[in-house]
Amino acid sequence: MSPWAIEFDHISKSYTPEEVVLTDINLSIKAGELVVLLGHSGCGKTTLLKLVNKLLDFDSGYLRIHGKKISDWDIEQLRRSIGWAIQHGALFPHMRIWENISYVLRLQGVEKNRRRERAAELLQVVGLPAEYLDRYPRSLSGGQRQRVGVARALAANPSIILMDEPFGAVDEQTRLQLQQELLQIHARFGQTILFVTHDIHEAFRLGDRIVLIDEGKILQAGSKEELVFEPASERVSSFLGTKGFSALLDDELLCDLHAQVQSGSFDPDLCLQRLAAIKGPALKAGPSASDRSP
Amino acid sequence: MIKSIIGLYHQRSQFFIELLLQHLYITSVCIVITTTVGLLLGLLMTRHPLIAAIVLRLSSVIYTIPSIAIFGILVSITGIGLASAIIAIVLYGLLPMVRSTYTGLTEVDDEIIEAAVGMGSGQRHLLFWVRLPLALAVIFSGFRTMVVMTIALGGIASFIGAGGLGRAIWRGISTNYAEMTIAGSLLIAAIAIVADLILEYIEKRVRIRYLGEEG
Repeated sequence: MSPWAIEFDHISKSYTPEEVVLTDINLSIKAGELVVLLGHSGCGKTTLLKLVNKLLDFDSGYLRIHGKKISDWDIEQLRRSIGWAIQHGALFPHMRIWENISYVLRLQGVEKNRRRERAAELLQVVGLPAEYLDRYPRSLSGGQRQRVGVARALAANPSIILMDEPFGAVDEQTRLQLQQELLQIHARFGQTILFVTHDIHEAFRLGDRIVLIDEGKILQAGSKEELVFEPASERVSSFLGTKGFSALLDDELLCDLHAQVQSGSFDPDLCLQRLAAIKGPALKAGPSASDRSP
Repeated sequence: MIKSIIGLYHQRSQFFIELLLQHLYITSVCIVITTTVGLLLGLLMTRHPLIAAIVLRLSSVIYTIPSIAIFGILVSITGIGLASAIIAIVLYGLLPMVRSTYTGLTEVDDEIIEAAVGMGSGQRHLLFWVRLPLALAVIFSGFRTMVVMTIALGGIASFIGAGGLGRAIWRGISTNYAEMTIAGSLLIAAIAIVADLILEYIEKRVRIRYLGEEG
């Protein structure tokens, strides 16, 4: 069995000859890895994600899921075996919460009682009370709907989960909570997760590995430390707001920064502020992370 | 006048019951055909934009032709009787049915559709589990319009020998018997109002059930 859950091999895609979305993407994702695709809106990260469950087709290259070419998969079976969570949850408004969560199981022909049981288990996993099972999505808050969306992605016990800005539409506090819960779920079940976001902080909190994408190309794919301390190009460091970091940092600060990056609490803006306080005019602060995030 | 109409219902109860049953039969047949054809056409239109454009334009044109003229044209093709009446009434009823089916199905949120497809729904699952239930409220409002229209149009059907309550109206006009005309018209109006009230209630339930709104 291939150690790679997903392999993009020289993948390119364009909508029209003038509108090239992805150029020569090479990326291999290990089974059990949580990889974050980070980039501005329109950089191609969602397109890349949608190639995996074949919601979109690519023009050239190879895409393998668990070592098997995507063209060799039965498309409906493949989709049913991949969890899919998107922004706003995209819950079915006419179905109760348990029906929403167990939708894929219904597609797989699982009988009703078993589906309801599974939905109850998952509701617990995402921290919602069991009495929500028979409610409709409209009676839930944005954060609760996102949780149900995550539960739905987990329903069929998929080995791969695709998440397209699933926490994009909730307030910061709820988002932090959802991110923590996702990390706990990932630690517990160990699925391969491909997570799309434009938020640098979210990427640093979640990713085992971060793939920075710009204009349809991968600028750098690496660990958080690699991105911050060994940027592949100036574009990487200017995207992250870490341009010139290493040269300015003294040993103590560098150590502190390493710890922050490792724990996922790295915040380029805070670092810049701290550096500016020490170095004063020597540091020319780039745009803040919030400015860079669309 | 009111007294004499009530008296007329009393004296000719058998006659009116017979016409009422004929009317219900004709309109029921038309409603079943219009619903089936309308749903299928609406569905087909969502898959073929060209067919959608043609059907919508054609059904709008049919709407502009006076009903009596349609009956006249059909009599020359399919003759006098039930068949011509049913064809004409169905043609009229198609526009609200087709339009509501088409609009309902095409207006389902793209994100919801993508979520369903992304989770592995086939065409059949997508249609019956997601698209149709979410389009149901819109389709039902078109169905309600069509039903009321069909009941009313059923009154004209008897002018080409199809029977129904229009016969009482026709007889009243031809014998200058106003009470008879009004008695027939009132019954048609009563059926239409009752049907509309029942369907309005069901539509509200459907909206609450599927969309969570009363709009």
